[in-house]
Amino acid sequence: MEQHNKKAWLYMLPAALFLGLFLVYPLIDVLIYSLEEGYNFASQTYWGVGGYNYSYVLHDPYFLQALKNTFLLVIITVPVSTGLALVIALGLSSIQKLREAYQTIFFLPYVTNTLAVGLVFMILFQKTPYTDGLVNRILGWFGVAPIDFIQGPYWAKMLTLCVYTVWVVLPFKILILTSALASVDQSYYNAAKVDGTSKARIFTRITLPMISPTMFYLVITGFIGAFKAYSDVVALFGTDLNAAGMNTIVGYVYDMLYGTAGGYPSYASAAAMILFAIVLTITCVNLLVSRKHVHYE
Amino acid sequence: MNVTLENLTKVFPARGKKGSGDVTAVKDFSLRIPDGALVGLLGPSGCGKSTTLNLLSGLLTPTGGRIYFGEEEVTRLPPEHRGVGLVFQNYALYPHMTVQQNITFPLENRKGKDKLTKKEMADKALEAAKLVQIQDLMDRKPKELSGGQQQRVAIARALVKMPGVLLLDEPLSNLDARLRLQTREEIRRIQRSTGITTIFVTHDQEEAMSISDLIVVMKEGVIQQTGKPQQVYDDPANLFVARFLGTPPIHVFDASVKNKTLYIGEAPVLPVPGAPDGPVYAAVRPEGFVPEQEGPLVCQFHRVEVMGRDVSLVASHPNCQNTPIRAIIRAQTDVHAQDGRVRFRLDPGKVFLFDTQTEARIRF
Amino acid sequence: MNYEKLEASARRRSRLGKIVTYALLTLWAVVVLFPFYWMVLTSVKSYSAYNSEWTPQLYTLSPTLENYVAAFTQVPLGDYFVNTIIFTLVTTAAMLIITVLAAYAFARLSFPGKDLVFTLFLSLMMIPSELVVITNYVTMTELDLRNSFPGLILPSVASVFYIYLLKENFAQVPDELYYAAKVDGASDGKYLFRVMIPICRPTIVTITILKVIECWNSYVWPRLITDDPEYFLLSVGIQEIRENGFGRENIPAMMAAVVAVSLPLIALFLIFRKKIMEGVSRGGMKG
Repeated sequence: MEQHNKKAWLYMLPAALFLGLFLVYPLIDVLIYSLEEGYNFASQTYWGVGGYNYSYVLHDPYFLQALKNTFLLVIITVPVSTGLALVIALGLSSIQKLREAYQTIFFLPYVTNTLAVGLVFMILFQKTPYTDGLVNRILGWFGVAPIDFIQGPYWAKMLTLCVYTVWVVLPFKILILTSALASVDQSYYNAAKVDGTSKARIFTRITLPMISPTMFYLVITGFIGAFKAYSDVVALFGTDLNAAGMNTIVGYVYDMLYGTAGGYPSYASAAAMILFAIVLTITCVNLLVSRKHVHYE
Repeated sequence: MNVTLENLTKVFPARGKKGSGDVTAVKDFSLRIPDGALVGLLGPSGCGKSTTLNLLSGLLTPTGGRIYFGEEEVTRLPPEHRGVGLVFQNYALYPHMTVQQNITFPLENRKGKDKLTKKEMADKALEAAKLVQIQDLMDRKPKELSGGQQQRVAIARALVKMPGVLLLDEPLSNLDARLRLQTREEIRRIQRSTGITTIFVTHDQEEAMSISDLIVVMKEGVIQQTGKPQQVYDDPANLFVARFLGTPPIHVFDASVKNKTLYIGEAPVLPVPGAPDGPVYAAVRPEGFVPEQEGPLVCQFHRVEVMGRDVSLVASHPNCQNTPIRAIIRAQTDVHAQDGRVRFRLDPGKVFLFDTQTEARIRF
Repeated sequence: MNYEKLEASARRRSRLGKIVTYALLTLWAVVVLFPFYWMVLTSVKSYSAYNSEWTPQLYTLSPTLENYVAAFTQVPLGDYFVNTIIFTLVTTAAMLIITVLAAYAFARLSFPGKDLVFTLFLSLMMIPSELVVITNYVTMTELDLRNSFPGLILPSVASVFYIYLLKENFAQVPDELYYAAKVDGASDGKYLFRVMIPICRPTIVTITILKVIECWNSYVWPRLITDDPEYFLLSVGIQEIRENGFGRENIPAMMAAVVAVSLPLIALFLIFRKKIMEGVSRGGMKG
């Protein structure tokens, strides 16, 4: 046993070292950064401790814009993607033929590079002097005048972002929901069928309660994921998100750290802490709500 | 309601290529079940008994043949219009609903003029719950119940809509031995008091024999024999049925018939005036061995196992396919074992002969 | 009640339901596949052809590979590929070693306070990467590791989630095997490599694939830590190509680069489809 101890710690050492250096220490450090006022990156000096960084960030119009964008994105994409994923997963689990083929196709976006495919969405949606773009042509059939979805009005940009986000997050949700639906014992459905339960009632009274833990899991992870939106936004609107008016909280953090406006780790830290607090609050609210509505085995 | 099945056939298509590897789960199944009977569908796993049950419930549609409930043909009718109650092997109680909600669930599905008020539903649920004696458990969730209680809830849920036919899929298989005995009495009692035509599926011959009015023995999708339990036991139609019924199981000897006499090995053991000459399987029920000092069947004697009212005499014989032989005899009987041998006379009523090729019964 | 009518209406309704279901699924399949089709299509259109299409054409009759040539000659896409491959291989290999050792320590070896350590360890999963990236960026800058492979690789070699996944799998290997190996005189290390790893190979393969996908697509950290194109990974490179590469209008060449970037992962996915989907559904919120 003695030598086990030493050996165990030896095996743990690399993991502990890396996690300590790149995960635990930064967590503490970021909190300190966020409280150090007037930190100077070059000289590594600061002139005080307090909440100034937070107050600066909260008054920064770019941050408020990012906050608004992020909230809009969350509020739109989480319900839409979860609902759409549920509909598709229900469809998938009700068929036998071609099921695997559909599943494979639906999962494809998960393994693709967000940045790369974002470019495709950009050319599909954008309006340039040379072309209105495919999406605009299709909308044109319905008598809609061409809109620049990439550099045009705010609502159009937001719409594009939401469409792309849903496209990107759906594979994961479909996969998880399909396997949740598959794990519901078939005999529940048979029992309900013999009792003459309508399809709608089977769905609301049996399917939904049975998969409610999974739905809840997806809503929580969906919220967290959407609050951290960044790369898909860059993919559509480029790296200068402030200029495009499409920045997100995470984007704001990185911009504060790096790039043309960068060099302010204190502001970045404060913004990141605010993001963390929001995510934590929303998760807690979700947990409280779920107590009432989620059925756990 | 009486139930009639006519030439019912169910073929499950093979996955992938057409034609090759299709599985015929039920083949040419014909049966008439009188109103109010308790019928046991009996057979080893994979014999098509559960498929038959699902054809009756409407969860599966037959490939061929017809099903009648009373005078109505229901062959292709979807399950909800058949008015059957179905109890699943794993009970399929909705885990997120209380016992009360589970039982009322089938009633809530009614539409139009059949619609019930909350009060009516509660009354009906209570009535059904009383029938299976779970009226005190109405507010519990299924996971807070024992296996036997869950089974009762499942039965109550099936009964609450007063089905014309009650179907039970392996109703006792998930219960422990003691509960099994108790529950099968319970099923019999409930069935008697409601008078609903009931069909249940089991692989346990004892279970089927003990409570059924009628048993149907199946093998590979084909009915082997139908009849009252005792009748099937005493008069099996073929070797499969003879082997499948009875504990301890029947003993099968490689034997032959010469000059109207049954020979096991070299020993003439029984006169069989009606049987043709040739090799046969001679199957003897455990209670068909009668120890006798001068009996014709000489067996190697091993030991006596006391079982209380009866004793089981354990012996062996080179021609017997399933050794050791367990002969069930009354405890008072004297057993003369000499030189490690014991001799038996065979009770002709407990001996059945079967063709070695077709395994069909040979009457003698 | 008219039984025949009921029967017929039930059949009709179920057929209608089938048709609607398939139509819906096919519609979504088109939505998913169309961007892929569009990027391949655009990548084989010539620059002049593409720009003369006011209404984008859904097919092309004169496909060309000139855009692929441009993608690998006019911009350093090839270098980005090499960087990404190095980054992916080294990160994945290092991650595997660290993960296997740590998971083994948690699953098999006993030491005082193991449960507490493991609980603390699990709670690390809650830390959002957005928080720690800030300090890591500062740390790496101070260590003068910006624009270097160590700077790219080191922060992402240890993963709490993968250690957890593998530990759970290791823990399923019955103790008896360990004692049997001990009786036979096998060392802990030998037991790990000869017994545990072969038994848990499926999980190890799964986490390897997931990590490869994660590395191939990683964007945030590489973007922060590199500003010298010599160290750009594909995601950063693609963004760079978009903003400063061929010039904004050469969309076909851009799409050729996008196809080249996407293809390896799609191939990997089609080969390991089952493993990837199973791995992701087992709790992969990663990537």
